[in-house]
Amino acid sequence: MTTLDQSTARSTTSGRKAKGQRHSIERAQGRMGTAFVSLYTLFLLAFGVLPALYAIYLAFTKKGAFVGIDNFLKVFKDYRFWPAVEHVGIFLVVWLIMLVILVVLLSLLVHSIGIRWLSTGTRFLFYIPGALAGASSVMLWLFVLDPTVSPVGFLLRAFGSTSLVDAVQVDRLPFVLAVIAFWTGAGGWIVVMYGALNNIPKDVIEAARVDGARPIRIAWSIQIPLMRKWIAYMVIMSFAGGTQLFVEPRVLSQASRGVVGQDYSLNQLAFLYAFKQSDFNGSAAISLMLLAVALGLSVYFVFKGGLFERV
Amino acid sequence: MTPGRWLGRAFAILILIVFVLFFIVPLVWLVLAPTKTDRQLLLEMPFAFGSFETLAANWTTLVTFQKGLIWTWIGNSAFYCLAALAITLIISIPAGYAMALTEFRGRRALLAATLIVMLVPSTALVLPIFLELSAVKLIGNPLAAILPFSFFPFGVYLTYIYFSTAISRDLLDAARVDGANEFQVFTKIAMPLATPVIALVGFFNFTGNWNNYFLPYVTLPGRKSPVQVGLAELLSNVPAFNPTNAASTTISLSSLALGTLLAIAPVLIVFLFAQRYLVSGMTAGGIKG
Repeated sequence: MTTLDQSTARSTTSGRKAKGQRHSIERAQGRMGTAFVSLYTLFLLAFGVLPALYAIYLAFTKKGAFVGIDNFLKVFKDYRFWPAVEHVGIFLVVWLIMLVILVVLLSLLVHSIGIRWLSTGTRFLFYIPGALAGASSVMLWLFVLDPTVSPVGFLLRAFGSTSLVDAVQVDRLPFVLAVIAFWTGAGGWIVVMYGALNNIPKDVIEAARVDGARPIRIAWSIQIPLMRKWIAYMVIMSFAGGTQLFVEPRVLSQASRGVVGQDYSLNQLAFLYAFKQSDFNGSAAISLMLLAVALGLSVYFVFKGGLFERV
Repeated sequence: MTPGRWLGRAFAILILIVFVLFFIVPLVWLVLAPTKTDRQLLLEMPFAFGSFETLAANWTTLVTFQKGLIWTWIGNSAFYCLAALAITLIISIPAGYAMALTEFRGRRALLAATLIVMLVPSTALVLPIFLELSAVKLIGNPLAAILPFSFFPFGVYLTYIYFSTAISRDLLDAARVDGANEFQVFTKIAMPLATPVIALVGFFNFTGNWNNYFLPYVTLPGRKSPVQVGLAELLSNVPAFNPTNAASTTISLSSLALGTLLAIAPVLIVFLFAQRYLVSGMTAGGIKG
């Protein structure tokens, strides 16, 4: 807590006369600080803490009566639950591997471009699809995946798809979803990794080059190890985000005549519980499990990840 | 240069070109698609330009769909996102300032809570927020989008980082010695220096909310939907994707493409103009402090 140390150090060095004034200033600061964060704290409670507490309450009750883990047991016995876990799991594996390899590779390559405008321009082109998060990116990919209208129809046909329904067959879906997620999200991460690469002192790289290290060797032995924190950050964030899969399979399900199920992902299933079966308790149980995963990863990373040293 | 290195470099350039194409080709296609009829989409070269007449015809189909429903959706999006943007800035900027430059009880706890909630994907809280809002009977009320949209811990964190690195406490102390009270210190010293971070927080909040699908999908059904949810609604009126749909008004593929383009236009425009801010913001998001 460097800031705290500084201010106490400062107050001890200031003379005795100033001490009374200091105290009143500190009190005024305290009041002001509290006032300034009060609205935000209210929102944090209302839309961060309270929903989580309410979900806990719902997940362990039924019609207001405490039922222990019954809601969870019911969800586990649901024939749709484990397939949904499997779908999300396979998607996560495919997506995270793809994300780590390609983001690291592309950021190294973009970083090695010597011409400034070209490097900036390339990063920007990678980043633009980020403007289409949510339903619009899936909408666009519906066209891309439909061989009859797709700009890359020849590629789809090479993989044996003659219609959209072919392209989103269940065994291909994790790849399709991973490609969509990669298309929208990778650019942002490439920008982040590029920033991390820029923070590596130039003379370290230069010394290695003088010693005769080739670009691949430099990347492998110097750059990638120094990017590790950021790669971990990306993996953890993407893992937490990926478990939440909802909009992509939902829109695909609507467009693929049911080939992609309405209960493909866990969040879709939680949605069905709340909206089709009016079972808020079951819905809360699923949401709570997903929230626990996200929260666990987040807490772990905040305190162990080393990116937020001020806390 | 040795042949081996030359080959390596050529390979690197090839990979970059392939990925630039991967990221850009779908967008280029999307911009061109509304200028063509469905028939042209199926038969002609994907990157051919159709005609302005067809574009106009597709436009008419889209904006007359259910008496201009698309405008209602876009209006809804604009209302929710701008209202949320205003509230976000009003609550986040002072909060980030206070956490960075003042001492008060519970500061560290609040900072830790902010970081933790910031890293939890917002979708994880959608159903819990829905359950909460339905318990207080707010579902279908614009507040059901505006209030959750205005809770933006990432913005508070960005502001916190900005103020703790860009402004020194000594500067503020100097103003205090000169007789400024705490509120004046904030409005006269800190705020004029805060423009970059206000822009950054505003950008991330607005684009994130504009593209948010899951939350408004569950909390604001029907005519109150924002455009992202509307777009999926539009999809169910496209016969190519739903052959069993017997709805009287149908939407062609190219009109759907135009709708998609229209729905992302505000964010795309902000992206193009805010490019420089963005890059600095992305890296500041998790900077070592």
